[in-house]
Amino acid sequence: MSARPRDPMLPRSYRIESVESELPGGEVFSWTLRPRGGELEVGQPGQFNMLYQLGIGEVPISISALGEDGTLIHTIRDVGGVTRNMAALSAGEEIGVRGPFGTAWPVAAAEGHDVLLVAGGIGLAPLRPVIHHVLANRERYRRIFLLYGTRQPADILFRKELERWRGRFDIDVAVTVDRADASWRGDVGVVTRLIERGGFDPRNSIAMVCGPEVMMRFAVMSLERRGVPARQIYLSMERNMQCAVGYCGHCQYGGHFICKDGPVFPYDRLEPLFDVREL
Amino acid sequence: MQVIEREELDRLIGLLAGDGYEVIGPTLRDDAIQYGPVRGIEDLPAGWTDEQDGGHYRLRRRDDRALFGYVVGPQSWKQYLFPPSQTIFRARRDADGLHMEPAPVQAPKRAFLGMRACELHALAIQDQVFTEGPYVDEPYERRRGSIFRVAVNCGQAGGTCFCVSMETGPRADRGFDLALTEILEGGRHYFTLEVGSDAGQAVADRLSASQAGEDEHRASMAATEAAAAQMGRQLDTQDLPALLMGNLEHPRWDEVADRCLSCANCTMVCPTCFCSSVHDSADLAGSEAVRERVWDSCFNQAFSYIAGGSIRSTPVSRYRQWMTHKLATWHEQFGTSGCVGCGRCITWCPVGIDITEEAAAIRATDQRRKRRDG
Ligand SMILES: Cc1cc2nc3c(=O)[nH]c(=O)nc-3n(C[C@H](O)[C@H](O)[C@H](O)COP(=O)(O)OP(=O)(O)OC[C@H]3O[C@@H](n4cnc5c(N)ncnc54)[C@H](O)[C@@H]3O)c2cc1C
Ligand code: SF4
Ligand code: SF4
Ligand code: FES
Repeated sequence: MSARPRDPMLPRSYRIESVESELPGGEVFSWTLRPRGGELEVGQPGQFNMLYQLGIGEVPISISALGEDGTLIHTIRDVGGVTRNMAALSAGEEIGVRGPFGTAWPVAAAEGHDVLLVAGGIGLAPLRPVIHHVLANRERYRRIFLLYGTRQPADILFRKELERWRGRFDIDVAVTVDRADASWRGDVGVVTRLIERGGFDPRNSIAMVCGPEVMMRFAVMSLERRGVPARQIYLSMERNMQCAVGYCGHCQYGGHFICKDGPVFPYDRLEPLFDVREL
Repeated sequence: MQVIEREELDRLIGLLAGDGYEVIGPTLRDDAIQYGPVRGIEDLPAGWTDEQDGGHYRLRRRDDRALFGYVVGPQSWKQYLFPPSQTIFRARRDADGLHMEPAPVQAPKRAFLGMRACELHALAIQDQVFTEGPYVDEPYERRRGSIFRVAVNCGQAGGTCFCVSMETGPRADRGFDLALTEILEGGRHYFTLEVGSDAGQAVADRLSASQAGEDEHRASMAATEAAAAQMGRQLDTQDLPALLMGNLEHPRWDEVADRCLSCANCTMVCPTCFCSSVHDSADLAGSEAVRERVWDSCFNQAFSYIAGGSIRSTPVSRYRQWMTHKLATWHEQFGTSGCVGCGRCITWCPVGIDITEEAAAIRATDQRRKRRDG
C-alpha cells in the first residue's frame, strides 16, 4: 500500500484570496482559495472538497476551477445554513478545506470523442474545469457542446466566460432558460431540447451531466433516445455528506457511496436504481 | 483444546488486569445484561438467563450457576471502539487565522470478556468499514489495536438469534485471542479453552490448564451444537441481495412502515451499523469550536437531508434503506452481509418488527416472479 493519507477528517486552513459575486445579490459567489503554508492539493475536474466554517459546519463543494499559481476556485450557491454563513465571509478570512475527494469527470476517456457537457443551474460550476481542460487541449477532442439550462436570464452563471466561449468557433454553446424576460433572445425551455437538436455523433460521444436530479433524469432519457450508450453518459450525484471518506454512511445510494465511488458515475452503474424514488 | 476449572477464570481476569487491561464483560445492570468493568468472576451474572422475543427482553433465574448462561444484551462492543460520541478536532480563530487541532485519541488497553461468535463477526465487519477502505479511521484503528478478545461460545441460543443462518456462530471459529466454552456437568463447572493468536497463547501459557480429554472435547462441541439446534429465528439467505433489490417497490415495505416508529433503536443496538453525523458547537464569541462525530441512523429523517428536503422523507424509504443495506447492498460494498444474526434489532424494536419475518414475507411474494409470469 502507498503511504497513508493524512487524517482525512482534519481540514487545513485556506485563505480566501478574493470573493467574486457570480449573480446579482451574491446568491452565487466564487472564492479563490490559497492554502496557508504548504502546497495546494490539486484536484481533478469533478472532484470536490469539504469546506468548513468555524462553528457553523461543513459542506461538499465541487472544484469550479484551478486558479493560477496554486489557488483553488469554488463556486457556491447560498441555499441554507452553512452556505448562507459562507456568503457573508470576505477576502482575507480563513476557512478549513479537506479533500480533494471522489471520482473525476472522464476527460482522458473523452479524448477522440464528441464531448457533450450538459449543465443545469449551479451544475455548471462542477463542469467548468472540464470546459477549461478541453479548450486548453482542444486538438484532442472532436466536437464540443456546452448545453446549459437555467431558471431565468438573471441566473446565468459565468457570463463573461460564456461570452468568450461563445465567441470561439470550436465549441458549440447553447443556453436555455425556463422563463424568459423581455431582453432574452435565446432559447426557452428545458435543457433536453438542446440535446434533441443533435449535431453530435451519438455512438462516439461522451456526455457529462450535472444538475438537479430531475434535470439529469430527463437529460439521460434524451441522450439515450439520441443513441448515446449508457456507459458513455456520466452524472455527478448529490447526497448528504458528512465525512467524504466512506464511513459516515450518509451518501449511500443503493450500494454506492457517492463520496468515494462517485460523485461522478457512468450511468450504466446507476441505471438499476435511477428510477426508484427516495432511494 | 485445553481445560480450565471455573476458579481459573478468576485468575484469567486477574492476569489480564495485571497485564494492564481494563477487563470488560457482562454484568447485571438495570434488569439487563450489560457490558461493564469486571474485577473477578463474582461480577459476572451467575445463575441468570435471558428470555428474548420480538419487542421482549426479560431476565430469569437459571437452575444452575452458569456464568454465561444468556446471550447478547442491548449493547454491543462497538461502543468501545466506535464511541457514541467523539471529538474530531478543536478549531480556534485568532489574528493569524484559523487553527485546527486534532483531538487526542484515547486508546486504553481493554480486554473484552465474553464476546459471542456473532460479535466477533460484527467486529470484523466494522474493521472493514473503518480500516480497510481508501481511508483509515485512525482513532478506531488505535482503539482496535489495544484490545484483547476473550470469546465465550454460546451453549444456548436466544429467542431472536439466527447466527446459524448467517454463518456467524454459535461457535467462534476465528478472530479471538482466547475462546472459552462453559460446561456444567455432573457437579463440575469448567471451561474448554482454545487459543486463537500469539497474544492469546502468551496468556494461556500462564494459566493452569490441562489438555482436554475426549469427553471434555465432546462436551465442548456438544454445547455449541445444542445452541445451533435452538435458534429462535432463521433467515433464508439464498439469493437474498438480488431478491431484495429486485423488490424495491414491493407493497410489503408500506405494510412494515405502517408499524415502524422510525425510532432508530434497531440501528443503535446493531453491532455493525456504522453511521455517524458531525456537529459543531461554538463558544459565544464564535472564535472557538469543537467538532464532534456522533452515532446517527438512516431512520432519522434529517439523515438524508440535502438542500430542498430529505431524500428519504417517508418511513417506507427509511425502513427499506435499513433492511436492504443490512442484507443486500452491504455485500456489494464489503463482500459480506451487514447482519450477523444477533437478533438485537428484533428484541429491542418497541413494536417487535422482525427482519427475518420481513425478508421471508418478501420472498413469499417475490414480485420479480410475478413480473416474469404476468
Ligand atoms: C459532491 C457534491 C458537490 C457539490 N458541489 C457544489 C458546488 O460546486 N456548488 C454548490 O453551490 N453546491 C454544491 N453542492 C451542494 C452543497 O453541498 C449543498 O448545497 C450544501 O451542503 C447545503 O448546505 P447548507 O447548510 O447551506 O444548506 P441547508 O439546506 O441549510 O443544509 C443544512 C445541512 O444539511 C446538510 N446538507 C445539505 N445539503 C447537503 C449536501 N448536498 N451534502 C451534504 N450535506 C448537506 C449539511 O450538513 C448542511 O449544513 C454539492 C454537493 C455534493 C454532494
Ligand atoms: S442500516 Fe442505516 S444506520 Fe445502519 S449502517 Fe446502514 S445506513 Fe447506516
Ligand atoms: S441487523 Fe439485527 S440481527 Fe442483524 S446484526 Fe444488526 S441487530 Fe443483529
Ligand atoms: S460522505 Fe460519509 S460515507 Fe460518503
